[in-house]
Amino acid sequence: MQVSNSQSTTYNDSVVRQFSIMAVVWGVVGMLVGVIIAAQLVWPELNLGLPWTSFGRLRPLHTNAVIFAFGGCTLFATSYYVVQRTCHTTLFLPSLAKFTFWGWQLVIVAAAVSLPLGFTQGKEYAELEWPIDLLIAVVWVSYAIVFFGTIGTRKVKHIYVANWFFGAFILTVALLHIVNSAAMPASMMKSYSAYAGVQDAMVQWWYGHNAVGFFLTAGFLGIMYYFVPKQADRPIYSYSLSIVHFWALIFTYMWAGPHHLHYTALPDWTQSLGMAFSLILLAPSWGGMINGMMTLSGAWHKLRTDPILRFMIVSLSFYGMSTFEGPMMAIKTVNSLSHYTDWTVGHVHSGALGWVGLVSMGAIYYMIPRLFGQKQMHSMKAIELHFWLATVGIVLYIAALWIAGVMEGLMWRAINTDGTLTYTFVESVKAKHPYYIIRMLGGLLYLSGMIIMLWNVLKTATSGKAAVATIPPVVAHA
Amino acid sequence: MDINTLRILATIASFAVFLGIIGWVWKRRNTSDFKEAANLPFTND
Repeated sequence: MQVSNSQSTTYNDSVVRQFSIMAVVWGVVGMLVGVIIAAQLVWPELNLGLPWTSFGRLRPLHTNAVIFAFGGCTLFATSYYVVQRTCHTTLFLPSLAKFTFWGWQLVIVAAAVSLPLGFTQGKEYAELEWPIDLLIAVVWVSYAIVFFGTIGTRKVKHIYVANWFFGAFILTVALLHIVNSAAMPASMMKSYSAYAGVQDAMVQWWYGHNAVGFFLTAGFLGIMYYFVPKQADRPIYSYSLSIVHFWALIFTYMWAGPHHLHYTALPDWTQSLGMAFSLILLAPSWGGMINGMMTLSGAWHKLRTDPILRFMIVSLSFYGMSTFEGPMMAIKTVNSLSHYTDWTVGHVHSGALGWVGLVSMGAIYYMIPRLFGQKQMHSMKAIELHFWLATVGIVLYIAALWIAGVMEGLMWRAINTDGTLTYTFVESVKAKHPYYIIRMLGGLLYLSGMIIMLWNVLKTATSGKAAVATIPPVVAHA
Repeated sequence: MDINTLRILATIASFAVFLGIIGWVWKRRNTSDFKEAANLPFTND
């Protein structure tokens, strides 16, 4: 194992290139599975009558692929790219960094095989069985060693705020994964959770909501804090605000999980605690959004000509929107209407497609030409097209599910004067049919944009060649 | 000590630390340190 890297004069970008390309590839795969299951909800026969292609097995495949394969590869790529450049040093333990790439791909392939076969722990976003969980833990600890080792060997005084967010994301996901995945194996591919009853549910949603908070938020805020200033070519609006943003988010997110268990066997005080902290979360979320957006202050005209910057800024608008919607839905009275409806699914997708997806695409469009020694992406027109396909797709998707969700919520609670239910459950399912078609079309648009991106990325990569970036000497600056 | 007393103390201590962070940031908001840190992404070009 190559241990000493302190003498290296170039950045280690080969692992960044690998993760960036695979992020786009897995993005296409994960979103394709999403469109397939959206179509299954419209036309149930599309499950082909086979167990492996049934909704219940493909749905976790979709969520794991988009969150951990697309999102995960994006986070590995961007964090490795950013930590080197803001620390003026190459990656710590390059061979371990290489292992994180191959290890993570192995996790993804294992998920893609085991989930359709029906192996699952039955915990949302933590479905993978215990041997895969162990591999994830090993890869994740290696990731932490590479990342924090790089920070430890930095050549500059400060640790840039993006690295704080990436660091919090890496540490917290390790903690969440190890605690929630604790299980007693019964056989090679079957295990039982270490927790029972409502405690199991609470541990699961402590994990689940912090997966949103740290995997899908803190990590991608790390992306925002580096790539928005870079693409806008001006430093972050307020560095002080970024520090307060960071600590406010860290102190608050951990407590919001119980809002997933409103009106369940979870003690009432725990539900109220989760609701209160969810409401508080609005403040740091919007603080971060404003910090990102205001970075463009005085340079708003750039949005007209720069589609990559537009990806990032529209992403922040969706971040603001879904972090307003989230606290609102966490209020118990609102939740009594929204819970178990498609409103929740719409909310998740406004965050996932809008915030996480668009900011990832922006960052990858930023990195790819630089990683392959090109001035810009192969086709700027294609980026423009991708932007509009994605944006229109998201709007169709979330608007359809808002209507479907609120409608079914109202139908479920409607009662006749004699106290009987006005609608049967199947009537609410039937009423959603047209909205499911619009939702599928929205997803299809979003997927088409991603396919265009894959073409654009491959064109850029094959017409260029792996670029070697030298580490500049650290100069004193004001 | 009752476990709940400990929990209350931990919560209050965390909140005090957070207020401390805000105060620390406010005091240093115009220092060159923050400016230098904010410009770190631009030291490669």
